[in-house]
Amino acid sequence: MPDTDRTALLGHHVAFLDALREAGLPVSLAEGLDAARAVTMTGLLDREALRAAYAATVVKRRGHRPLFDELFDLWFPRAIGDGSGERPARRKPRVEVSGGRAAPDEARELRAELAEAIFDGDDAGLRQLAGQAVARFGAIGGSPTGGGTGGRSWSPNAALDAVTPRTLLAGLLRSRPDSDEFSRSLARREFRFRISRFERLVNAEARRRIAEDRGAAETARTVLRPPLDQIDLIGASQAELTALRREIYPLARRLATKKSMKRRRGGRGPLDFRRTIRASLATGGVPMDTRHRPRRPHKPELVVLCDVSSSVASFARFGLLLVYALSEQFSAVRSFAFVDTVEEVTRHFTEADDVADAINRMEQGLSMRLMGGGSNYGRVFTHFDGRFGDAIGPKTTLLVLGDARANYVDPAVATFGDLVGRARHAYWLNPEPRGNWGTGDSAAPAYAEVVAMVECRTLAQLADFVRDLE
Amino acid sequence: MVTGFDTPAAVSERLAEVGYLPEPALATTVFLADQLGKPLLVEGPAGVGKTELAKAVAAATEAELIRLQCYEGLDEARALYEWNYSKQLLRIQAAGSDATWERTHDDIFTDEFLLARPLLRAIRRDEPTVLLIDETDKADIEIEGLLLEVLSDFQITIPELGTVSASRRPFVVLTSNATRELSEALKRRCLYLHLDYPTRERERDIVLAQVPGIEAALADRLVEVVAALRALELKKVPSIAETVDWARTLLALGASSLDESAIASTLGVVLKHHSDQVRAAKELVLPGAGH
Repeated sequence: MPDTDRTALLGHHVAFLDALREAGLPVSLAEGLDAARAVTMTGLLDREALRAAYAATVVKRRGHRPLFDELFDLWFPRAIGDGSGERPARRKPRVEVSGGRAAPDEARELRAELAEAIFDGDDAGLRQLAGQAVARFGAIGGSPTGGGTGGRSWSPNAALDAVTPRTLLAGLLRSRPDSDEFSRSLARREFRFRISRFERLVNAEARRRIAEDRGAAETARTVLRPPLDQIDLIGASQAELTALRREIYPLARRLATKKSMKRRRGGRGPLDFRRTIRASLATGGVPMDTRHRPRRPHKPELVVLCDVSSSVASFARFGLLLVYALSEQFSAVRSFAFVDTVEEVTRHFTEADDVADAINRMEQGLSMRLMGGGSNYGRVFTHFDGRFGDAIGPKTTLLVLGDARANYVDPAVATFGDLVGRARHAYWLNPEPRGNWGTGDSAAPAYAEVVAMVECRTLAQLADFVRDLE
Repeated sequence: MVTGFDTPAAVSERLAEVGYLPEPALATTVFLADQLGKPLLVEGPAGVGKTELAKAVAAATEAELIRLQCYEGLDEARALYEWNYSKQLLRIQAAGSDATWERTHDDIFTDEFLLARPLLRAIRRDEPTVLLIDETDKADIEIEGLLLEVLSDFQITIPELGTVSASRRPFVVLTSNATRELSEALKRRCLYLHLDYPTRERERDIVLAQVPGIEAALADRLVEVVAALRALELKKVPSIAETVDWARTLLALGASSLDESAIASTLGVVLKHHSDQVRAAKELVLPGAGH
């Protein structure tokens, strides 16, 4: 390899590592060197081998992998321009093409091919069609025929609007000879999955085209989302929420392990006489080492007060999900939901053995009067003290999930302070950034004077909090 | 270089010969770990073939597999080496009273009285070796410190005997279920691979290879159902081993197709929580399953 090529390649390698670091992946110097060594071994010709080489050497956490993949696609694009022009041989159409009345005429052919590719599960075909869709329908601004990149950009949404892959579902299903309901439901899931795969491919393709026009580094800064556990729980998209919910059980397991390890290390329990005597036999009957019983774990009773008004509902869901996924760590959990009045929702969780189900049931079961209007923290605390005041005792840990936006009514800080005083511990998890506390109708600073208020915007922060919860 | 794989393709081929079908990324990573002489940390959910990978590499390269199973409370004496106290005691008594202290001292701290544990055994071997450190996340954090030393320099210092260096580096595989994060320092020294559930085609190949006598159409359908189950939000997601078990069960029952009733009566093989069965039945429209 000529020296100039080597230097250019090295520059590209270093720039890629810089981009990874900028995106939040901790890539050390040693790992960068490993990556360079690995790349020289796999060579540059096989793109997937190159990806594997970088992934093995610099990505050491699973959560970082999606981000890595997106950046890798920007730095080492699959193709340049419109990509390879070759098209698969036209097959005899077997699939009914449904919907798409609003689609432009030019999109007809592409939709038919897409339906075939989805029907067959042909991933290479999907990738190619995504490239075509973006090339033909994704260009916005500038001159569509090329001639400079002035003002031109690429929009995945424009491409998807033209192709409308979701409307293909009905036709795809009719093209399957399935007789029973079960096979149909399997097929429906499968087709949906492939359609969303196509949508993801279109998104990636649009990013690639943008990167080609503007350079990879700038694109990375503007279009990439942070890793999953850093996503703002309130602003998360539907797909991100689904992905986050999947993380709950593994996270709960990790937290439970951490908690029990901490418990074992912390202090020793009472002397275990039998084991001490037995151990002393090795030293001629002299008890050199004393043995101790493990301490009895302290399991707090937990009372969770959840603001389920629409602005913070997704946050409340996560809080509840995590609390119930960890319910073995507590001797009892009681939960209450509120907007402008408060209702106990514990029974939904004890009846259902699936937490996600329970939350759905809870949201359906909440009475209408609860759902109307904005949150009224003052009334809720007064009301709670009156009706469920005996839920709080010296063994209880009180947990409030909410943004403390009191809608300019009296926040009843004194009543809340009284509740906090009766509990063993009390915490308030606020999904708003700390900087916004006290702005507008937020009563956060007033409450923060009587209770430990914790900023909790991301899954990572939520996990940190639950880990240290006593 | 321990195993002498020439290319990633050679890795795939030789692993396939011993019945392990790797994804291309996995083959490339194994190839790199071998070439760079670095330990390979494999993380992933239970039952995706992490431990099997080490066994397959050992079988494919005709190396001996030395396994260190991690657990809470694993210590140096179990991981590295230990002096055989009772034998030393016997030696002292047998020598009688006329032996000098220096003689006895030199005698009892020799190889004969050393009990080599997996890490030391793997480092001392001259033949090809695969060292499997299984479920590293179960061990205490102190053991990670120990591993750091052993895995970066491939040497162990025994105060009475001196330093033992590896004459031939073993191929090291660490596995973890990610019940806790391993330390950054350990991860930095390893190549990392997240092993996930295989693609549908690959899983079908695995089922066909592991369950001789199963029809391809049934295997196809089985893998399709398992993929649909994995997409649900379940407490415990079915592993590859469970897919294979399911295939064996269906074969034993003589079921030729995977219809609703066959699924309903055998769902317990893949879903081990009652709530998961209920959920699967509801989402996949299975009549009567789980009730």
